[in-house]
Amino acid sequence: MIDFELSPEEQAILDKAHEDALKLYRPIARYYDEHEHESPDEFIDTMWSKRGEGALFGLGVAAALRIEETCWGDAGLMLVSPGIGLGGAAVTATGTPEQRERFLKRFNEGNPKWGAMAMTEPQCGSDTSAIQTTAVRDGDEWVLNGEKIFVTWGKRAVEQEGIVVVWATVDKSAGRAGMKSFVVECGTPGMKMEKLEHKLGIRASDTATVVFEDCRIPFENILGSPEVRKIDKTKTEGFKKAMATFDATRPIVAAMALGVGRASLDFVKETLDKEGIKIRYGLPRTKLTALERDVMEMEAHYKAAKMLMMRAVWMMSQLLPNSIESSMAKAKAGLAVTRITQKAVELMGPLGYSRKNLLEKWMRDGKINDIFEGTGQINMLVVARRVLEFSRDQLK
Amino acid sequence: MISFTPSEEQQMIVNTVRQFANDEIREVYRDCEESGEIPDDLVNTAWEFGLIATAIPEEFGGLGEEQSILTNSLATEELAWGDLAIAMKILCPSLVAYPILDMGTDDQKKKYLPAFCEEKYKAATAALIEPRFNFDATELSTKAKLDGGDYVLNGEKCYVPLAADADVILVYAAENGGCQGFIVEKGTKGLEIGEREGNMGIKALPTYELSLKDCRVPKENRLGGEAGCDYNRILNRSRVALSAMAVGLARASFEYARDYAKDRTAFGEPIASRQAIAFMLAENAIEVDAMRLMTWEAAWKLDRKEDATKEASLAKMYADDMVLLVTDRGVQVLGGHGYIREHPVELYLRNGRGIATFLGMAIV
Repeated sequence: MIDFELSPEEQAILDKAHEDALKLYRPIARYYDEHEHESPDEFIDTMWSKRGEGALFGLGVAAALRIEETCWGDAGLMLVSPGIGLGGAAVTATGTPEQRERFLKRFNEGNPKWGAMAMTEPQCGSDTSAIQTTAVRDGDEWVLNGEKIFVTWGKRAVEQEGIVVVWATVDKSAGRAGMKSFVVECGTPGMKMEKLEHKLGIRASDTATVVFEDCRIPFENILGSPEVRKIDKTKTEGFKKAMATFDATRPIVAAMALGVGRASLDFVKETLDKEGIKIRYGLPRTKLTALERDVMEMEAHYKAAKMLMMRAVWMMSQLLPNSIESSMAKAKAGLAVTRITQKAVELMGPLGYSRKNLLEKWMRDGKINDIFEGTGQINMLVVARRVLEFSRDQLK
Repeated sequence: MISFTPSEEQQMIVNTVRQFANDEIREVYRDCEESGEIPDDLVNTAWEFGLIATAIPEEFGGLGEEQSILTNSLATEELAWGDLAIAMKILCPSLVAYPILDMGTDDQKKKYLPAFCEEKYKAATAALIEPRFNFDATELSTKAKLDGGDYVLNGEKCYVPLAADADVILVYAAENGGCQGFIVEKGTKGLEIGEREGNMGIKALPTYELSLKDCRVPKENRLGGEAGCDYNRILNRSRVALSAMAVGLARASFEYARDYAKDRTAFGEPIASRQAIAFMLAENAIEVDAMRLMTWEAAWKLDRKEDATKEASLAKMYADDMVLLVTDRGVQVLGGHGYIREHPVELYLRNGRGIATFLGMAIV
């Protein structure tokens, strides 16, 4: 039965998340934007102490809406909040029960921890199947060598506490089939954080280069099967696992985008409201001002992306295949947040461009959602292949 | 509990209507468009699904089931996927049936609802739109004035579907600072039905201009009697219905262009293998789904009897924009062939343009 109603418990959690966004995120958002690489330790401790909140929602729609709420507060700070992160998501999606126990249990105890995922390399971004980092088996161990860039949580997961899930090839000649993921625990010799990036937005978040030099990890740290199925190159299990992780993370990125977009939209509407300008719904275009029309268009694109996001997350929570829906949501939300935040800066004139307000920051923050976890174009390609039922050879 | 799955019953309705749209509507839609006529048999077959009669109480001859705007939206998408003009004709009687069912007085229900439960299709229609560029449904130029025991109606209307065949026309007019509906029966003095209009698209559906000159109807014919009607809800239903039609139409264009692009070869491979084409199709797929989900949400809210003005307006505005974008791309993907009437995409584009114009032509 089609239904869009949240339970009272879910609504209460969202209300709480909104309050936190206002009280804990917003007041320090500008400071950590202007002090890139400075660690918001107090904020991190608070978030770590609150980590149980909302946990009962698992990966359902309410959990995604909670993430939206948090990013309405601040997307950069949301990304330094400790937790299993993308690395943990990969372990959850593809690990064995023992691996989940061994790697994820720590996220419920002790000091703050982060779970990073290292996939992108200097020479390969969207083409993740072309990665150069190698994993060579040596007895009971794997030996990792290579360089990973743009690792979100890279500094904290490597230097403080946590895990890094690294994508590497065990056999370059096998192409995608040789691609495997490995869990490296913080403090493992040979894994080093080399550099922190300076970014357009989400500056509170640590985006790092992580280097592996003869980094040895136990054999059991491989996620999925160590076997390389060479016979049938179309059966690219390793690669598919990476993609399965994306099915789970892309709608979450869409939710993040929506939070930033709604922050901008709310600012615009509140500012107009203070000036006595109300958005009038249900009038013909000849009666609407250009401003009203712009705001309604921003709202419509927000709503369109939100519905697609909710559907993708809902399907995931029902264990339904959601690759196309995830990519649809991610592509649309990336476009929508870019459009909404840029329009908000434009509409608010001097208020929009000034660093006194957060609109210009949101425009910078929002853009990342059209890039990470697959650029808008990559997601469009995924959608196109699906609707055309084309293989990657038929549509490059 | 959030869910995106139609109920089993809804899915059954969707399947039945889709089958009908595919097997019967699509067989004849081009002939209908060219001749300007829709065969009675086709409309009567659709009538047998009881899309309208289902929600009419048993005492008036209906099935007495719960009315669901969401279920109606699902069926509407399928009909419009078949053909927009034919969908509008099939659903046109709902322009009278639902406002009376929802807001009519007992006498109005008794008098007018049984006609919609008969075996054969019964034309009935509403007159809302007025012939001026700055038409505003919330400020009608057509006026109603109480004079003794009658309301006197004066004004001009256009895009009144099936006006020549309809026994009953629900005329919307300004009265006492608001908008109200007035039931005008065929042949009422002062009601003049003009020539059939010629439009850019939706040509199979006859629409008319209509003029009201001191047209008197008894006081009891005011929709809802003394209480009047919830005009805003009527408009919101109309917005949702047109959005659902836009979804069906956009989906039809998207699917045709998709299949064509897979089939059509240029430079040694299907044109769909080129990202310039493939990305247009991907965006179309995304927007069709987005339009649909926004329509569902607005319909869902209306079913809960909540004010859905914001949701319905945004869904309709988005549908207006996207149905044009998607149907235009349909023509573009086919290139020169898209411009030729052998393919349906040019028709979809012409029909798509009408969605933004036709507020109030659908109310399912």
